[in-house]
Amino acid sequence: METALLKVRVISNKKLKCNYWHLEFECGMIARNARPGQFVEVKVNHLMDPLLRRPLSIHGVSGTRVRIIYEVIGKGTQILSEQGPGVFLDVIGPLGKGFEYGQITNKADKQKNILVAGGMGVAPLVFLAQRMKGSRPLVLIGAKTKEHILCEKEFKSLGCKIKIATDDGSRGFKGRVTDLLKDLLSTVNCQLSTIYACGPQPMLKAVARISCENNLASQLSLERHMACGFGACLGCVVSTKSGYKRVCKDGPVFAGEELTW
Amino acid sequence: MVKKPGPDLSVKIGSLHLKNPVMVASGTFGYAEEFNGLLDLKKLGAIVTKTITIKPRQGNLPPRTCETPSGMLNSIGLENPGIDKFIGDKLPFLKKLGIPIIISIASEDDPGEFCILAERLDKISAISAIELNISCPNLQKNKLISQDARETFALISALRKLTRKCLITKLSPNVTSISDIALAAQEAGSDAVALINTLAGMSIDVHKRTPKLGSWSGGLSGPAIRPVAVKMVWDVYNKIKIPIIGMGGIMDTESALEFFLAGATAISVGTANFINPGISLDIISGLEKYMADGGIQSLSNIIGKLKECKD
Repeated sequence: METALLKVRVISNKKLKCNYWHLEFECGMIARNARPGQFVEVKVNHLMDPLLRRPLSIHGVSGTRVRIIYEVIGKGTQILSEQGPGVFLDVIGPLGKGFEYGQITNKADKQKNILVAGGMGVAPLVFLAQRMKGSRPLVLIGAKTKEHILCEKEFKSLGCKIKIATDDGSRGFKGRVTDLLKDLLSTVNCQLSTIYACGPQPMLKAVARISCENNLASQLSLERHMACGFGACLGCVVSTKSGYKRVCKDGPVFAGEELTW
Repeated sequence: MVKKPGPDLSVKIGSLHLKNPVMVASGTFGYAEEFNGLLDLKKLGAIVTKTITIKPRQGNLPPRTCETPSGMLNSIGLENPGIDKFIGDKLPFLKKLGIPIIISIASEDDPGEFCILAERLDKISAISAIELNISCPNLQKNKLISQDARETFALISALRKLTRKCLITKLSPNVTSISDIALAAQEAGSDAVALINTLAGMSIDVHKRTPKLGSWSGGLSGPAIRPVAVKMVWDVYNKIKIPIIGMGGIMDTESALEFFLAGATAISVGTANFINPGISLDIISGLEKYMADGGIQSLSNIIGKLKECKD
């Protein structure tokens, strides 16, 4: 796999809604090589504070452009949101091991994949849905309120069927997206399904448990604070059946049954 | 016309000859293979590996790192595959690089483990030097070897009898007088001292009311600690004769030069490797330029050559 230190030019950096932002930058090398589930390490400015890069999931690529969506939650992401078109950002990528998915050609296999996104977790799953050619995965989106729902249109334009859960019930199912998943699995025959998920850790833990109870394979994309992002510092480890694994290098995507959290 | 030779960046640390004085610090460079493709590893002055213990160690409970103002805390806890797997799986890649390889070692329970490790490494010709990590702050110990001059002296004296390889003693800044520990290392036969290891530190999440690290506290590194490190290098330089490998928040050529002027013979880049994996090579060319521009033929012309500050 090709990974490089790059200077990339920001094409656009706009607020989507709430605290969610959409960043597009020019980088043919990353656009060519990126796979769904991989991420980039972005230096948000050239100063020493904040010191570390920020790991951001790749949301999509088109031509020589790379798209990221991120939530402004602290100083680093705040500074990133201030970097307008024309600014050059220091980026390393693509990094990590992405999702494993097959190219589905058999019609009977259609709908065999379920994508579960919590909040910002939609970021890599849109990219994944795009690359699952021939398959139209069922997408479950979980959000705080209807205002927080991200990427519904993008999934729709990919031909995905969408179900929504909101914490306050302002759209779709009222409650957790994992309860929606549980309901779905109890009513629909999903024996062929693989569940792909990205979102907050409690959600991912629940997805792993539900998948296991239903004898389904799951692939979960984890998020961690990272110092390096390329496997050197051993800072971002997660506990697995075979000991600690680096989220940045051995992941960020792990099989649900491997994780002991 | 004969091309004028460039400035001489080579330095000697005990029996160790470095073509340039820029090394990468233990724990920040893995076993080098992690950086393969991100920079030309062969250009480095030397590589210091992540610390090896006799048995594999799984390391500390996550979260293991957190960012702090112009710095970071880490508490990795010496996660490593153990000496056997290191020699089998990691050393072959390092050997192929053809540059000096320095192996960092540590004991877990008994300082005697250093002797076992040193005897094993002594037999491997591809290993240029051994760095004694007697200053890791993340082992939940009440006292580190490097926090006691007598223990430091005893350990190095014992090791000196076991190996003729260059011994580098890595010192902790979490002491009353780092010069006293450096002196003990020199008297016991250490070929060089490396300083500083991380400063003990802690960061708290006030919303959760928990420490930000799984092991409560960790070691602070990055540019935030640089002035502390420069002062300690200067203090030690004025007390000892053996070479100093200076480190602590080196981010660029200018910060590297601070350490040379304070008395370091070589420097190590640490935390900066995480942010810019190619920074060591930038520093090497930056040093060449600084020397060429200033008409400085040899690094020895700047090491410890501080002048008084006059307003």
